[in-house]
Amino acid sequence: MQSILRRALRGVALVGAASLMLAACSNSGDGAEAGGKKSLTITANSIVGGKSSAGAEWIQNWVIPKFTEAQKAKGVDVEVKFEGQGVDDENYKTKVSLDLSSGKGSDIIELDGIWVGEFAEAGYSKPLNRVVGPDADSWGVWKQIPDAVQKAMSFKGERYGVPQGADGRVLYYNKKLFKQAGLPETWEPKSWDDILTAARALKKVNGVTPIQLNAGTAMGEATTMQGVLPMLAGTGQQLWSDGKWAGNTAGLRDVLNLYKTIYVDEKLGDATLQQETAGRDTSFAEFAQGKIGILLEGDYFWRSVINPAKGVGTAPMKDRDTAVGYVKIPAMAAGKGVNGQDYVSMSGGTGRVLNPNSKNPQLAWELLQFMNTPEAFESRAAGTLSISPRDDVNKKLLASDKMLSYVNMEVLPITAYRPGLAQYPQVSAALQQATLDVVTGKSVDEAVTTYTNALTDAVGDDHVVTN
Amino acid sequence: MTTIVGPRPIRKRHRHRADDVAGLGRVRAVAFVTPALFIISFFLLFPAIWTVYLGMTNYRLTGLAAAHTSFVGFENYSKALADPKFWSSLKLTVVFVVGSGIIGQSILGFALAWSVRRMAGWARTVLESVVLAAWVIPGSVHAFLWVALLDRRSGTLNSLLNSPGKAWLIDDPMTMIILFNIWVGTAFSMQLFSSALSAVPPSHLESARMAGASAWQQLRDVVLPTIRGHILTNTLMITLWTFNTFGPYLLTAGGPNDRTNILSVYIYKTAIPGGRLGVGAALSMLMLLINLAIALAYMRVGRRKA
Repeated sequence: MQSILRRALRGVALVGAASLMLAACSNSGDGAEAGGKKSLTITANSIVGGKSSAGAEWIQNWVIPKFTEAQKAKGVDVEVKFEGQGVDDENYKTKVSLDLSSGKGSDIIELDGIWVGEFAEAGYSKPLNRVVGPDADSWGVWKQIPDAVQKAMSFKGERYGVPQGADGRVLYYNKKLFKQAGLPETWEPKSWDDILTAARALKKVNGVTPIQLNAGTAMGEATTMQGVLPMLAGTGQQLWSDGKWAGNTAGLRDVLNLYKTIYVDEKLGDATLQQETAGRDTSFAEFAQGKIGILLEGDYFWRSVINPAKGVGTAPMKDRDTAVGYVKIPAMAAGKGVNGQDYVSMSGGTGRVLNPNSKNPQLAWELLQFMNTPEAFESRAAGTLSISPRDDVNKKLLASDKMLSYVNMEVLPITAYRPGLAQYPQVSAALQQATLDVVTGKSVDEAVTTYTNALTDAVGDDHVVTN
Repeated sequence: MTTIVGPRPIRKRHRHRADDVAGLGRVRAVAFVTPALFIISFFLLFPAIWTVYLGMTNYRLTGLAAAHTSFVGFENYSKALADPKFWSSLKLTVVFVVGSGIIGQSILGFALAWSVRRMAGWARTVLESVVLAAWVIPGSVHAFLWVALLDRRSGTLNSLLNSPGKAWLIDDPMTMIILFNIWVGTAFSMQLFSSALSAVPPSHLESARMAGASAWQQLRDVVLPTIRGHILTNTLMITLWTFNTFGPYLLTAGGPNDRTNILSVYIYKTAIPGGRLGVGAALSMLMLLINLAIALAYMRVGRRKA
């Protein structure tokens, strides 16, 4: 009997010990170190051999070894780990917010600029000067980063992260298909009508989808950024200004009518593709195969998708440099864009924030600074060149790539940014739904009504403007 | 089982032998069940209560409500029940459960079991292995196979039917996920009915045949009444499984335009990508209640004549 009791007690003790161990495990954060060795982790939505592979390779093969080496020279023993992800942006955001909501997560986290507001309000992310101290404000590099670019990683006037770069959106077109359709190889559209005219000509070429303008909910933010917003900017309507969001406005109706013309009335675009779960990747692949005539995309498309360099592009195009043209997005008609512009674009951009739960915030800040040195950008550019946030670096590096210089010189001066407000993602989702409704055959009026209802739900009646 | 072993000498050494069957006494009995109770309450009870609580808050994954969560009572429930999206999702779920579970898996499973009941040897082994393979393969692989089958550009089905460019998952998403789920789950019904059929006494069938009963009459009057319990169990399990399955998400992600937004997917999309964890918890509670109602209904039917 005693032995039974003993066994029972041992059982209880085991369970107790197990739960203690569980508790202990969950308490040991990422920065736990034994014997003076410090550790840091970086999370980004890029992964070797997959999404944005070059960025992941750069972190693994340059940032980590060089930083460890530099710290060792200072007598600091540090181990840096990279937690690469290769998923849709929405899934990445979920992962990171779950990490942060449970008080964990990497020390340095890559975030899309539009999430900064939400993350700040949730307390997942804190202003840099509160995580690091005043050093964060006196960092000399800020002078090299234009204000507009800094704003992409700011919320309510405070810097939450260091921008990773700048970007812009353009219209890409396939010159070979243009030639077959009897269109000029140097295309200069000046209005939406010019785009539609070219698309109608392309329709006569067999087996070609004339134009793909991102629409629908399956593409997520890509629909808003590479579809609705640049077009809306082309009507002169801003999504948000003076504390109010654009509801049922003439501009939005114009944009939705454009979608209707392209996908429903004239079938210039493939409406089914916009509903597929992997629609965006498919649009990349089809453009690379010469099956899509015109595609609105960011410079990301040029450097990370159709880039022919080995192992860089996810849908490489061997003849990219000769076969693919790019041109600024025209407003609805000349002078009709925001601020009376003839051409418009949208910019976003990701950046890196410091985790407020970091065990080694100062060391993490050192690593973040290290990732933004000119040497770091040069090494990053050896993989794939992209527009850096630093003016001095851009002057030196961009000359070698005509496309990126074009974006830097021609597009960035006329671009617009999304409102850095916490409600933005909900508004964006409502805009995506509106395009989906139109593309799947609902009337523009119906789509606008649904959109306005969702918008009012998200931001409140008195923050919506109608005209 | 009920054989009582005579008192062993060892017992005499103990003065306080308890009078209960196990001879443990209250304290020791409590000591025995404590670990189990601890585990159950930690992993089952606590999350359940937490879900009830969460369902009454405006908790979100990000934004202000994540930092300052407030109690909203039954607002999430009243909003969910007033939301046409919830009802359309429930309707889709019913279509999915009836189509793929109750009709598809049960009937196909029974038909397979019936047609192989007298078969023996390698033919049966091959057939059973093929059907079981679908049951054994992990869900992510299922989805991959079906995406490859149904793909619009280079799918197997389109090359077999010579219908290039047909987007099965966009044009008939509900039919596709129903077929998908039938394929995934039929093995269970087939196995269950196979063993049930082997329990039907051959003498009953023999007498029915002697009395001149046709195959259909034998099935209706001899076989079905005998395996009634199995049918109920099978239908109950399949209904609950199908009701809760998340597999179709891997094919259609609830789309296009929410046309395959069954409840499990709707909850996931609300709570995780949508970030509305409070509403998601409330929806989960509603789903749990529906599950309970289904289980109780079946149990009543089962008890009626058993």
